[in-house]
Amino acid sequence: MSCCAASSSLSIPGSAHRPDRSELLDASHDLGDGRVSTRLAVPDAHCAGCIAAIEKAVGGVEGVEDARVNLAGRFVTVKWTREAVDPEAVFAALDRAGYRSGLMDMAENGPDPVLRRLFIALAVAGFAAGNVMLLSVSIWSGADAATRDLFHWISAGIAIPAVAVAGRPFFAPALHALRAGRLNMDVPISLAVILAVCLSIHETVTGGMHAYFDASVTLLFFLLIGRTLDHVMRSRAGAALRTLDRTTPRGAVVIAADGTHAWTPIAEVAPGMTVLVASGDRVPVDGTVTSGGAKVDLSIVTGESDAVALASGDQVVAGALVIEGPLSLVATKAATASFLGEMRSMLEAAETSRPALSRLADRAAAIYAPAVHLIAAGTFAGWWIAGDGLHHALTTAIAVLIITCPCALGLAAPIVQVVAAGRLLKARILLRDGGALEALATVDRVVLDKTGTLTIPTVEPAAIDGLPEEARAMAAALSRQSRHPVARAIEAACTGRAAELADIREEPGHGVEGSLDGRLWRLGRADWALAADALAALPEAQRSAPVLASDGRLATVFEIADRPRPGADEAVAALKRLGLSPVLLSGDGAGKVAETAARLGLDAWSAGATPADKIDAIRQMQADGHRVLMVGDGLNDAPALAAADVSMAPSAASDVSRSAAAIIFLSEDMNALPSAISVARKARRLILQNFGLALVYNAIAIPLSIAGYATPLFAAIAMSASSVVVVANALRLALPERDRAAAPAAAPGGNRGAGLTPPVGARA
Amino acid sequence: MNILAILIPAALVLGLVGLVAFLWALRSGQFEDLDGAAERILLPEDDEPKK
Repeated sequence: MSCCAASSSLSIPGSAHRPDRSELLDASHDLGDGRVSTRLAVPDAHCAGCIAAIEKAVGGVEGVEDARVNLAGRFVTVKWTREAVDPEAVFAALDRAGYRSGLMDMAENGPDPVLRRLFIALAVAGFAAGNVMLLSVSIWSGADAATRDLFHWISAGIAIPAVAVAGRPFFAPALHALRAGRLNMDVPISLAVILAVCLSIHETVTGGMHAYFDASVTLLFFLLIGRTLDHVMRSRAGAALRTLDRTTPRGAVVIAADGTHAWTPIAEVAPGMTVLVASGDRVPVDGTVTSGGAKVDLSIVTGESDAVALASGDQVVAGALVIEGPLSLVATKAATASFLGEMRSMLEAAETSRPALSRLADRAAAIYAPAVHLIAAGTFAGWWIAGDGLHHALTTAIAVLIITCPCALGLAAPIVQVVAAGRLLKARILLRDGGALEALATVDRVVLDKTGTLTIPTVEPAAIDGLPEEARAMAAALSRQSRHPVARAIEAACTGRAAELADIREEPGHGVEGSLDGRLWRLGRADWALAADALAALPEAQRSAPVLASDGRLATVFEIADRPRPGADEAVAALKRLGLSPVLLSGDGAGKVAETAARLGLDAWSAGATPADKIDAIRQMQADGHRVLMVGDGLNDAPALAAADVSMAPSAASDVSRSAAAIIFLSEDMNALPSAISVARKARRLILQNFGLALVYNAIAIPLSIAGYATPLFAAIAMSASSVVVVANALRLALPERDRAAAPAAAPGGNRGAGLTPPVGARA
Repeated sequence: MNILAILIPAALVLGLVGLVAFLWALRSGQFEDLDGAAERILLPEDDEPKK
């Protein structure tokens, strides 16, 4: 059903945690009339067929009023009545349609009012800039005095309201900075624009030669382009803490001494209390199991997604998902001291102490703003002392402010980042934070997690290839009905048509069954699916593997193995070529880790690492002056992801890790990692080049404007030319590379980085 | 010079029409999903977002 399935590789798709109803409502946007709208990520949607399939699947769920896919953002917006919200049904529908899905972060959910305001400001500035510029051209072409004055008045009529509307994104922060006694980039911008308008009004009223209306609005227009792009690239990472809080149960069912059950808020659950956890819920506190037979999914803790059977007396940690329950346990720790609570405080500490991304643009601004003010003030003082009159001194100083306004500088970094993000998206790498690109370029150590990152549990293709069409369709249909990680792996492996089975039901802990034409098909554990004689015929070694059977006869055995992610060895080699030292840090046993390290050619590895060990290792590297990239997927990696200078997670990672990471790779292929780093390095080179170009521009324009040659015509040409030059330079990143012209990632045709390139204004 | 009295208002009105058209397009969500719009033309059924 998933037309041109992008996820045809043999791996477990999105085995990440599925949100329950309250989490979903938390992340939803309230429409106010009893309806809510929720955004669900569907990373594999990419064509018209996908749109139709997803909208049909989700729209058919009870209580859903409307489902609309956003292809650029790869999400579906679901509108439903608050009472009818049923996450299970929707995720199941998407599973059946063959699409991975998940809840989007709150930060990514709902409309973005700031972006909308920027677009409106951009449109107004674009309109004003176009019209005022046309009037100015006729003035420069030698209009006589009367016409010039008339055009100045018309320009004033357009420019003044336009500046009032389009200038607000700069005026407000400038005022804010001045109140706090600081200088930022917005101060010289606001000053230049406001002074230019005031001077021009004076010129217009007195019938003067030079009005700078066109300069003030074009200035705003160029700067707003940069500001809008920058906003699009703004940080959406670092929401891990909130995501973790969503995952944390808010309360627990406590069994009192007299046997009564009472729902108790999580903070009041004390050690010694007996807690009951139903199937599908998460364990709220660390505890000792008192009833055997329950099975839990510890993937949130270990990253391993096998269900673990618990016996009475076993220890279980908070956050474990009960697959088969109910589970009763005696709390051994309070919630804050439990695994999830500890993870929370570790994440909190890591997020606050993360090395600040000192962005190149911010550092440039810190030097730029005071320098501009000094030069303008010096120009004013110089001309005044030279006895050239207050009017001329002021005009020249304002011209300096206009000329030095950081158009090129304001565009230099954001445009490169947007182009780079577009290129990365083509290579199926999602950038959630523009600053991460800069950090990625300067990274010199890479820390890799093993399970889920370097390796993924997969179905051996041999079992699938030899399968008759009918059996394969059965496996596809049955595996879709189960959330079990192994079923998900089988589902991913069995591409193609799925059979239409009747009476499908899941036997928890055993498998899934369904019937077709009077034959009973079962997918699951061998001792359940097979008849006694067929089971006896099965070699001992294969009895633990899942099988497909019809009426108790064996159809096939699915071998499950922990295999390196595709391209993992090439990626490691490429990382070494890039001069990075990859280090494998895993919570797994030494044997498995050593084997993986040897297989992939990793020299440095360490096994049995706890989340705290991982953070310590990263801190140690940072203390030695290295800049660290962390790549990981499990919740146990989240604090390390937050502690590293920049972090990357696969799209199947746990929600918390995805939120902690600044970069998500959607592809199965590990080569995403080195290619992201080389794009980042190129982007950094281009940003620096652009700053260099802006510097050259200023070196030429500032002396001329100080000398008093900066007429409105000169300002218009200089500003536009410098902006065009930096934009053109940035677009070089979108060109297909000469040495890798055949690479599919670098398709020609510019950078329509899905959704990341906003429409740039209406220049009327 | 009288021609200016017609041409300038005409130019400004046309410009304003463009501006209003953009603001309308923005407000009605036409920039929400540029890639989806290109693909949706291939879908057979009438496909308007519900309010």
